Parts: sequence; structure tokens; C-alpha cells
Amino acid sequence: MTLTQPITTSIAGPTGVSRLFAAGASDFRSHRAVFGPMPGAVDEGHLLAELEASGLAGRGGAAFPTWRKLVAVRDASFGGTRAGGTGPGSRGFGTGTGRRSSATRGGPVVIANGAEGEPLSRKDETLLAGAPHLVIDGLLLAATSVRASDVVLYAPTRSLEYVTRAIAERTDAERIRLVTAPETFLSGEASAVVSAVGGGRAIPRDRIVRLSESGLGGAPTLVQNVETLAHLALLARFGATWFRSRGTDEDPGTRLVSVSGDVPSPRVYEVAAGMPLLDPLVSAGARPPGIGAVLVGGYHGAWVPGTAVATSLSPSGLRPFGAAPGAGILMVLGPHRCGLDASAEIVKYLAGQSAKQCGPCANGLPRLADVLRRLARRDRAEWLPAEIKRLARVVAGRGSCHHPDGTARLVLSTLTVFADDVQAHLQGRCEVRR
Amino acid sequence: MSRDASSSSDASLHIDWTLCDGRGLCTELLPELLTRDEWGYPLAAAGSDVTVPRELVGPAKQAVGLCPRAALRLRASAGA
Repeated sequence: MTLTQPITTSIAGPTGVSRLFAAGASDFRSHRAVFGPMPGAVDEGHLLAELEASGLAGRGGAAFPTWRKLVAVRDASFGGTRAGGTGPGSRGFGTGTGRRSSATRGGPVVIANGAEGEPLSRKDETLLAGAPHLVIDGLLLAATSVRASDVVLYAPTRSLEYVTRAIAERTDAERIRLVTAPETFLSGEASAVVSAVGGGRAIPRDRIVRLSESGLGGAPTLVQNVETLAHLALLARFGATWFRSRGTDEDPGTRLVSVSGDVPSPRVYEVAAGMPLLDPLVSAGARPPGIGAVLVGGYHGAWVPGTAVATSLSPSGLRPFGAAPGAGILMVLGPHRCGLDASAEIVKYLAGQSAKQCGPCANGLPRLADVLRRLARRDRAEWLPAEIKRLARVVAGRGSCHHPDGTARLVLSTLTVFADDVQAHLQGRCEVRR
Repeated sequence: MSRDASSSSDASLHIDWTLCDGRGLCTELLPELLTRDEWGYPLAAAGSDVTVPRELVGPAKQAVGLCPRAALRLRASAGA
């Protein structure tokens, strides 16, 4: 790691929790006025060192350390050159998904992923609408640091409109290819992203080699969530110490959360990582008696009971509930709504969103949805909870993506957090809907 | 599981679920490791990567070669 380039900027980083939207407007002039110019000729070693020191983890759900992904892509690219003769397509295992679009000779690919898929998530669209230039900066900086030969931004149609407008405002972003993401649940899964960018369907592929080694057309490929790239753009300017001045040691920085469900004003908030789960819910107008439970992490997430919302929105605070901050999705379930009903609806949706490539998922999720629906409808069959648990265990880990695992997590969390409701339903009653 | 390399000769059998059709040949060749779920798909103790002890590497190779859907791969257990 070289540390030859101290950060020199005449503009200080935003001091509040509102970092990503600190420019106050989406245009390039506002962006430059508040954040200053994008660091030019960035020393790649320096950027990686700052990234590592910052502790920035991916904001797309998996929370993988960002610097490690960049290093993996850079190393795979240099390693591939050294080995010689391992150009795109010659790598084994058939993991190369899709065709290369242009005359890119196996150089790394960087893809900004703005496909949320998840119906409860609005943060990436909100970010691309409100701060597209930060995402573009982050994408260009990441591309420079791994010497990418192909730079892509992948997002749904509406988000691409914001990006198109932003690109037209500047002269350094012409190399970015825009690829439209379909509005399906799995469209943002990393291997589905690579498949779609390569001209195929946006469905996951089986992987035994990481995309950082062999992704689009066999080239080392970095798929990074757009929020992660926006944080990267700020980090490159203001440094790791600034980044860590918010959040916790375990989970530094700020994150975007999408608050939805039974709240007066559902919207996207930027919060300091590690704050109480309750805080953004209160911002959205919810009050504890009005919070029956919170679905944390979206449809692949887990429930936190309304009595536990003082816990922190952090990996350690959420771990006891089998949840994680993930992509920052928080859905409030009002006390007037039955958690079993809500979960049954979600699992039905998830079963329908299976790509139906993998047998256990294609067969198991509809079956899981069916037994959960019977429980939600107060079918008095004693065996239902055990069968739900069994099916969840049968499908978990048995797919080429995490769709069955995430669905199993939600289902098992439902049985735990709504255990009293399960007993009531088996006796033909409902604690909530009478 | 695949990272659990207790013996240097252990291997890991990877199931590509996007190819697997549940024909069941692998479950007949490797009854020690695989059963079938209610839809016929191979069911291991956990997940998509099955640790294969040294003494079963032979039948595992057979399963890889005979799988009509070419859905199996045998790899060194360390995963590197």
C-alpha cells in the first residue's frame, strides 16, 4: 500500500449525519460546490488503504468489506495477465455469464448496481434521484482503481433517467454504459446482474468461482451497490477518519434506510449506523405502541418484535433476532395486523419470484407458502408449524443463489417472533384479528 | 462445509442446482452422503457443497462422470 498522496481538499466533509444528500440538489454545480471536485489521478493504493481503514462494507445487503472486493478484482486482473493465455472465455467452469459487449480484452469490469428488486427498498432510486453525481464519482473512482476497461451502471428505467441527465452535465462520464434492470426481486443479485449486463436474463447463475475472478465474459468483475459507491466517492475526498466519525467501530459511517409499512410517512432516511432501530421509525412518524413488529432486512430478513425496537441498528444489535442491517429495509407492522398473515403474503410473493432454475427452490417455496398460508388462515392442523420448519430446513442452502435461504430465514423468524399467534391460530383464534 | 479440509485427500462435491434435474444417479452411487428429498433432488447434510471423505472420492468421481445433466463437480476441499 502506498500512502504517497495525502488527501488535499479545501472543502471539509459534511459534519452531520446527512452526508449523501448534503449537496441539497441533484445537479452537478450543487454537487461540486458542496463536495468539491472528484479527486483526480487518484493513487489506487491510497484509495484502497483509505477504504480498508474506513471499514466501509457493502450497502446492497451482504455487507462484504468493500476494499476486499476491489483488491480481489485488481489481483485477479493482474494475476490473469501474468498467467498468460487465460483470456476471457478460456477460464473453466462455465461461470462466464453473458457476452462482452465491446472490444474489451478481458480487462476488469466495474458495475454499479442500482437494481433494488426488493419492493420495500427505495434507497437506491432515491439516491440516484438526489445524488447521482456521487454515485458516478464513486463508479469512476472504483473503475480507475482497478483499471477497468468496461464501466457499467445497471438500474431500473426510472433511475437511469436521473443518471442520464447527470452524465450529460459532465464531461468525464461518457464511458459509463447504462443497462436497464428489470423490476424483479432477483434482478439485483450479483450473478443476475452480470447475466443481465451480458445480454442474458437477469437471473442468478451457479457460481463456484467468485465474480471478482470470473464474471462478465470471464473477466474479473466488481459488482458494487450504488450507495456503497457514493460512500466511496466521499471517502476518496475526506478520508477514513472522517468516514468513521459517524457510526460505530463495528459498523462505521452512515447508511440509507427505507422505512415503510404502517407508518404515517414512509420514506428513505440517512442514519448513523448503530443508532437505535427505533430512531428512523420515529422519524417516519411511528410510536412504540403503534409498532407491533419490524421486518428488518426486507423479504429475506427477519422480524424484530415491537418490544425490542430499542436494540441498535447494527450487526451485533440485530444478531439475536437473526437479522442484519442488510440493505436498510425496515417495514413496520402495526399492532392491528397479524404477523402470520403478513409473512404468508410475503412468502407467496417470494415463491412467485423464484427463478425456478433450482429444484428445491422451485418446488419447496410454493409448498412453504402453502403451509404458511394454512397457518395464517387458522387451519387447525397441529402439524403445520413442524412442517413449516422442516420445509424451511429442506430448502435452505440448496440453490444457486440465496433466495431459498432468505425465504427460510423469514419463515423461521416468523414462527419465533409470532409464537403466541401460532398457538392462537392453531386453536382457531387470532390475537390480532378477532 | 467445503472449507472444512480435515484431510488433504478429502474433496468437495458441488451441486449445480440450475442443472440438476433430480434423476437420482448420484444418490445411488453415494448413499453414504446423499439421500433424496420429496421431489427427488439430492439431499446432503447441508447445502450445495458436500464434503467427500477420501474413501468415497472414487464413487464421487463416478457420480460426476455419470450425471446425465453434468450437474456435479468435484473439487479439492480447501476450496482454493
